[in-house]
Amino acid sequence: MTTKTASQEMTSLHFNPRKPVATTGDKVVGAVSHTALSIWSLIVILPLLWTFMSSFKTSSEIFASPFALPSQWRFDNYARAWTEAGIGSYFLNSVIVVGSALVIVMVLGSMCAYVLARYVFFGSKAIYYLMLAGLTFPIFLAMVPLFFVMRNLGLLNTLPGLILVYVGFALPFTVFFLFSFFKSLSHEITEAASLDGAGEWRTFFQIMLPMAKPGLASVAIFNFLGLWNQFLIPVAINAAGPRVLSQGLAAFAGQMGYAVDFGALFAAVTVTVVPVLIVYIIFQRQLQGSVSQGTSK
Amino acid sequence: MTSVKTKTLQVGDGASAVVVPDATPPVYKRRRKPLTFDKVSFFVVFLGLPLAIYLLFVIWPFIQAFGYSLTDWSGFSPKQNFIGLENYQKLFTDDIFMKAMGNNILLVIFLPIITIILSLVLATLVTVGGGSRGQIKGLRNSSFYRVVSFFPYTIPAIAIGIMWGQIYDPSGGLLNGILTSLGLEQFKAFAWLGDKSTAMIATMFVIVWGFIGFYMVLFVAGIKGIPAELFEAARIDGAGRFRTAVSITIPLIRDNIQTAYIYMGILALDAFVYMAALNSGGGPDNSTLVMSQQLFFTAFTKGQFGLASAMGVVLAVATLIFSGLVFLVNRLTGGDKDVSL
Repeated sequence: MTTKTASQEMTSLHFNPRKPVATTGDKVVGAVSHTALSIWSLIVILPLLWTFMSSFKTSSEIFASPFALPSQWRFDNYARAWTEAGIGSYFLNSVIVVGSALVIVMVLGSMCAYVLARYVFFGSKAIYYLMLAGLTFPIFLAMVPLFFVMRNLGLLNTLPGLILVYVGFALPFTVFFLFSFFKSLSHEITEAASLDGAGEWRTFFQIMLPMAKPGLASVAIFNFLGLWNQFLIPVAINAAGPRVLSQGLAAFAGQMGYAVDFGALFAAVTVTVVPVLIVYIIFQRQLQGSVSQGTSK
Repeated sequence: MTSVKTKTLQVGDGASAVVVPDATPPVYKRRRKPLTFDKVSFFVVFLGLPLAIYLLFVIWPFIQAFGYSLTDWSGFSPKQNFIGLENYQKLFTDDIFMKAMGNNILLVIFLPIITIILSLVLATLVTVGGGSRGQIKGLRNSSFYRVVSFFPYTIPAIAIGIMWGQIYDPSGGLLNGILTSLGLEQFKAFAWLGDKSTAMIATMFVIVWGFIGFYMVLFVAGIKGIPAELFEAARIDGAGRFRTAVSITIPLIRDNIQTAYIYMGILALDAFVYMAALNSGGGPDNSTLVMSQQLFFTAFTKGQFGLASAMGVVLAVATLIFSGLVFLVNRLTGGDKDVSL
């Protein structure tokens, strides 16, 4: 499809003297490249489309033929996944946990990054490196002791406990990303604010934070994806608590061996995938920008 | 590392990019201000609060893990005997754990290489795959490919695992359906994840599928940071596409590649979600068992917290060794030299 439109445009290039002429070699390379990229796009899209289609089938239809369209579009798969399998409440829990953790980590992370980036005091470097340590160590190392920390605090298997842990583990990345951001903001502006009588708090919330908006947006998107995908933390410290989406989905798939309801399983996967995909398509420019900003430092 | 980056920026964007905010030294810096309530409360809340959460939920557990790993603690009993390095000894004589470690090593070697090569190829096609005359440009509709490639990265890993578990399903799965419809009848009921020879490869494919798009976007950004003049100069000198990619692109985005290698390697040392979703039991003959799975099982099913913490420490040490190795290799192969820009 894409190959065709491209070659058509290429032929029309011959009639536009200002544009460079495509050589035969270019055409071959272009065609090969488009083919490679189209195949890759298919490998990405096909599984998603198949999952979506299967979510409307019955289990026996799924096993009869992987390609055939459903004889009847069964929306009741979604109803069963949403209520009986509990995907609805898991979804809500995820929204609550990820939403709260995101707000808290953005506020605390930007505060911490601001202090570390703009003030030089005894130990500021040490704190910075302590944050670096949190990024390098595998999260798995912390899981067993964390379990007992949470139990001793009475936060095991609770949503607030989950939120706090999410905040803790998302903090280093947030601070790192925003550290360089605050560092690059001009010092004259802070000086002007303090001359005008603004205190430290006011300077931060009314002047620095709005200036850091692009950076904040990037980190927020990144943290959102990371936290929404989080699987290990809830499975380890929230095993008996109100489930979040990834955890509930795994549990649902795990019991599939006993009660075969593949239509509902596909529906559950679709429910998990589609919202994030839509959010991504809306914000894709910003997100792609933040990938390069966040990782190529 | 950063010196290359800033130079690139200045060459590429000319005057517009040269904004140096800290060029003028702040004169007011040395002035001592009295401690006011504003300042004290500011520091307590802005630094104290995040740090408290971070120390309690992240750093403290990390430190404790080292301590636990030297005990025979079973978690729920109050008894906690110091047994020194016995846990570590036990781990390195445990066939299953060694098998898991072997699988992790396999993943650490192959996952980053495959992912980086494929995403580098795709990124190159997208950015400089266009015509060989005039300005350097990417393929047409390349933004479509970029957007689509990134899809898997946005999907929760567990959903990716479950989805591919179904695709690999021997009887109703998409993969065998496609293969049999192409006339390959031998795949009619082939269990990709249930066969010792294919389970690991099939699993690796899923992880690679999930990450190519992310690294492709990362590399695209890196390549776009290279001044177009360089590519044009290479072209005038008669370098072909392949030569340009090898001699210009790869050396100049070397830092990005190193970052990608480390990220992907750390992921390969963990790999818990994918393994748990695709073959929760460790696969046929433990062919896809990884250390993190064994750790989780030892801790939360068997309740051997001391031993599990030792596994965590091994995992952490492996991660550090791996990152060190990548830095070392990069250094030895000339990564620290300033690329002549």
